[in-house]
Amino acid sequence: MSDSVIADTIKDAVDIVKDHADDVHDHDVHAGDVAAGHDDHGAHGGHHSSLGLSNTKLAMWLFLGSECLLFGGLISTYMLYRNRHSANLGPDQLWDIPFTSASSFVLLTSSLTMVLAVSAATRGDLRRTKIFLTVTALLGGLFVAGQIYEFTTFYREGLGFTTSLFSSSFFTLTGFHGVHVSVGIVMLIALVGMLSRDKVAGDNAETVEMVGLYWHFVDIVWIIIFTLVYLIPA
Amino acid sequence: MAIIERPVDVPVAPTPTATTNFGYLRRPVETTGWRSWAFTVDHKKIGIMYGVAAMFFFLVGGVEAFLIRLQLASADGTVLSADKYNQMFTMHATTMVFLFVMPMAAAFANYFIPLQVGARDVAFPRLNALSLWVFIFGGVFLNTSWFLGGAADGGWFMYAPNSSVPFSPSNGVDFWALGLQITGIASLVGAINLIVTVLNMRAPGMSMMRMPIFTWMAFVVQMLLLFAIPVITVALFLLMFQRSYGATFFSVEAGADPLLWQHLFWIFGHPEVYILVLPSFGIISEVLPVFSRKPLFGYPFVVFSGAAIGFVGWGVWAHHMFASGLGPVSVAVFSVATMAIAVPTGVKIINWTLTIWGGKLWFTTAMLFSVGLIVQFTIGGLSGVTHAVAPSDTQQTDTYYIVAHFHYVIFGGAVLGLFAGFYYWWPKVFGKMLSETWGKWNFWLMIIGMNMTFGPMHILGLQGQPRRMYTWTDYRAGEGFFNGAFWNMFATIGTAVLTVGILCFLINVWITHRPGSATPVAPEDPWDARSLEWMSTSPPKPHNYDRTPIVHDLDEFFHRKYEDIGEGEEHNYVRRATGAEVIAEEERNADAHIHLPAPSYWPIVLAAALPIMAYGVIYNTLLIVAGAGVAVMAMFGWALEPADADPSDFDPPPTDPATGTELANV
Repeated sequence: MSDSVIADTIKDAVDIVKDHADDVHDHDVHAGDVAAGHDDHGAHGGHHSSLGLSNTKLAMWLFLGSECLLFGGLISTYMLYRNRHSANLGPDQLWDIPFTSASSFVLLTSSLTMVLAVSAATRGDLRRTKIFLTVTALLGGLFVAGQIYEFTTFYREGLGFTTSLFSSSFFTLTGFHGVHVSVGIVMLIALVGMLSRDKVAGDNAETVEMVGLYWHFVDIVWIIIFTLVYLIPA
Repeated sequence: MAIIERPVDVPVAPTPTATTNFGYLRRPVETTGWRSWAFTVDHKKIGIMYGVAAMFFFLVGGVEAFLIRLQLASADGTVLSADKYNQMFTMHATTMVFLFVMPMAAAFANYFIPLQVGARDVAFPRLNALSLWVFIFGGVFLNTSWFLGGAADGGWFMYAPNSSVPFSPSNGVDFWALGLQITGIASLVGAINLIVTVLNMRAPGMSMMRMPIFTWMAFVVQMLLLFAIPVITVALFLLMFQRSYGATFFSVEAGADPLLWQHLFWIFGHPEVYILVLPSFGIISEVLPVFSRKPLFGYPFVVFSGAAIGFVGWGVWAHHMFASGLGPVSVAVFSVATMAIAVPTGVKIINWTLTIWGGKLWFTTAMLFSVGLIVQFTIGGLSGVTHAVAPSDTQQTDTYYIVAHFHYVIFGGAVLGLFAGFYYWWPKVFGKMLSETWGKWNFWLMIIGMNMTFGPMHILGLQGQPRRMYTWTDYRAGEGFFNGAFWNMFATIGTAVLTVGILCFLINVWITHRPGSATPVAPEDPWDARSLEWMSTSPPKPHNYDRTPIVHDLDEFFHRKYEDIGEGEEHNYVRRATGAEVIAEEERNADAHIHLPAPSYWPIVLAAALPIMAYGVIYNTLLIVAGAGVAVMAMFGWALEPADADPSDFDPPPTDPATGTELANV
C-alpha cells in the first residue's frame, strides 16, 4: 500500500466516524432511489419498494437472520459436547490463545477494510473500492490460512475429526465458519473482477454493500465463536 | 424474454433476438414447448409446476400409505416384510410432509402471493425457479433410494440410534439426510423470496392490513421456514457426518446425548406442523367469506392469531418428547405452552364459524372442503389438547392414537384446505371450472374415507396398538367393540374409499382438460370473489395486471363491484359492476412498456448440481467435486447475467400495420 492510500484510509476512517449519522441517512435514501430507479426500467414495472429498502438488501438481512439459527445450532452442539474428550486432548491442552487472538485480529481488521470499501463504493471511487476489497480478501485469506495451520497442528497432536465428541463438534463449528469465510473471499475476488470489467448486474455500490453485510456477519459470528470456544474455560 | 401479446393503437411486431451471455450460453427465448417451462421465471408457471410435482409425490405417498394399510388389514400380514414396512412408513411420512404438503402450499404461495399483493412477479424470479428445481431434484433424489439398496427406515423423525449405521445399514438414511438438505435449500430460498415479495412488492395502497388473508398466512409460514430450516439443516449435517464421515454425535456408546437430535429435530419439527397447516387456514379464510357472501369475520383477529401461532409455535417443541424424561419443570412448562397455543387456533375456528353464521351459503365443492376442514381439524385439535396433558400423553406416545391425531390435523387440516384451494382457484389458474358433480363425489368420498381410516385409529391406539408395529396377532386383538381385527380391517377399507375419492379428483381434472372437452371457458369471476387476484384475467396474463392496481380496501375487488349505499353504521352493498367489467376497465387503461424478467438457464443448472454432490457424499468424493464445479459455474453464469434481458431487446421494433398487435417484449 502506498503512503497516499494509507493517508486516504485514515481520512476515510475519520470521515466515517464524523459523519456517521449523515452517512447512514444518505445511504438509505440512496438505496430507496436504487429500488425506484430499477423499477422504472427494470423487472417490476410501476412498483415502488413498499419498505423503501431494496429487495436485495432485505433478502440479505433475511438470509443472515436464517444463518443465525444455523450457527446457533452448531454452537449449541459444541457447548453440549465441549467437555466430552479424553484427558490429554481437550481445549486446555490444545488452545494457543495468542495465535488465535492474532488471527481473530486479522479477521476483525478485514471488517474495517470492508467498511472502507463500501464507503469508497458509495462515493463512486472505483479504484479504492477495488483496493479495499482486495485487502479484505487478503486478510480473510490470512485468517483461513491461520485456521488451516491451527487444524493441522491439532491433527498432529492427535485430535482428528472423529477423536472425540469435542473434536467432532469443534471441527464442525469452526469448519462451517471457515467455509463461510472462504465463500466470502470468493465473493470478494469475483466482485473485484466484475467491477474491473464492469460486469456487475445492478448497482455497484449496493452490490459491494451486500457482500459487506455478509462479510461483517461472518466476522460477528467469529467474535461469538472466539469468546465461547476459546476464551471461556471449559 | 417472454413475449406477450396485447392490442394497442400502434401495431408493431419485433423479432426477439437471443442475447449472448458473456460467452456461456444464449438466453432462452422459447415461448412454447418444454423450454418455455424448464427455463421460465414466471411465478405462475413455476407455481403450476410446483403443483404438478407435488401432486405426483402425493400419489407416490398415497401408494405407500395404501401398502401400509394392506399390511395391517388382517393379522400376520404378509404384504410387506418388516424391513420394507419400516421403509414404507418412513417414506410415506417424509413424502407427504416434505414433498406434498409443503410444495403444494408453495405452489399456492408462488402463484397467488404476487397476484394478491398486486405485483408483476416475485422479488427474485430466478431464485424462484431455483427453488422449484431444487425441490424437484431433491424429491427425485430422495426417491431414487428405493432402487439403490432401500429407502430410509428410521421413521420420519429419524431418532438415534435407529438412524445410525448398525441399525440402518443401507444407504436409505443417507439419501434421506441429503435429500432433505436439498429440499431444505428450496424452502429457504423460497421463504426469503416470498417474504421480500410480501414486504416490498405490494401495490400502491396495499398496506399490510389490507393484504388478502391467504397472503398473510403464507407470509407467517415463510417466516417460520426461514428460521426452522437452518435448525434441521444442522441436525441433518450432524447426521451426515455421523453416517458418512465417522463422527459420533448421536452415539450413546461414545458418550453422546441422543436427546440432541430430538431437540434439534423438534425445534424444527413443531414449527413445521404450522408450516403445513397455516397455508390451508389461509385458503379457507379466502373461501368461506366468498361462499357465505360476507366479509371474513374479524380479519385482524385471524391475522394476529396466525402471527401468534407463528411465535408461540417456537415454544412447544418438547411436547413431542414428554416420554424422554425431560424432568418435571420442562414438562410442566411445555405442557402449559401447548395448551396456550390452542387458543389462537381456537380463535380462528370461531372466526370461521362466525363468518359462515348468518351468511347466504353456497355449497360449492370448495366451500364443502372448507367446512370439512373446520370440522375435521377441530376433532384433531381436541385430540391434540389431550397430548398437552403430559400424563395422558405418556400413555398415548407411540401408539396409533398419535397416528389418528396427526392425520386429523394434517389430512383434515392441511390436505382438505389444499383441495378447497384447487376447486376455488382452478378457474383462475386454468380458465376452466372443475366439474361440481365430480367435485362433490371427490369431497364426500374423501371425508367418509378419511374418517373411516383415521377414526378407528383412536380406538386402536387407546387399546395399545403401537405406532410402528409391522404386524399384529389375533390373540391380542381384544373383543367386542374394541376388537382390533375389526377396526384394522375397517381402516383399510376406509383407505380404499379415500383412494377412490382422490381418483375422482384426477378424473375431474381429466374430463375438464382432455382434448375435445366440452367444458366451457370459465367466466372471469365465477364465484363473485372478493380479493385482488380475481381482478386479473383467467388465466392471468404473464404480467398479471394490465394496470398496476391501486388498492383502497381490504377485499378490493369486492369494493370495485359493489357500492355501499347504507347510512351511518349500516352497510348496504349494491352491485355496480360485474367482475368482467372491472377487469375490462383495467384492460382499457393498460400500462405501457411492461418489462418482465427474462428466462434463464442457470436456475435449473445450479439445482442439478446439488443431487450430483449428494450422490458424491454417498458413493464417490469425485462426484462432490464435479457437482461443486457445476454449481460454481452456474453461480457465475447467474451473477454475470442481468436479471432482465439486454436493453437492446427493448428497442422499438419495426412497425407492421397488418398484425394490429404489439408484441411487447416483457
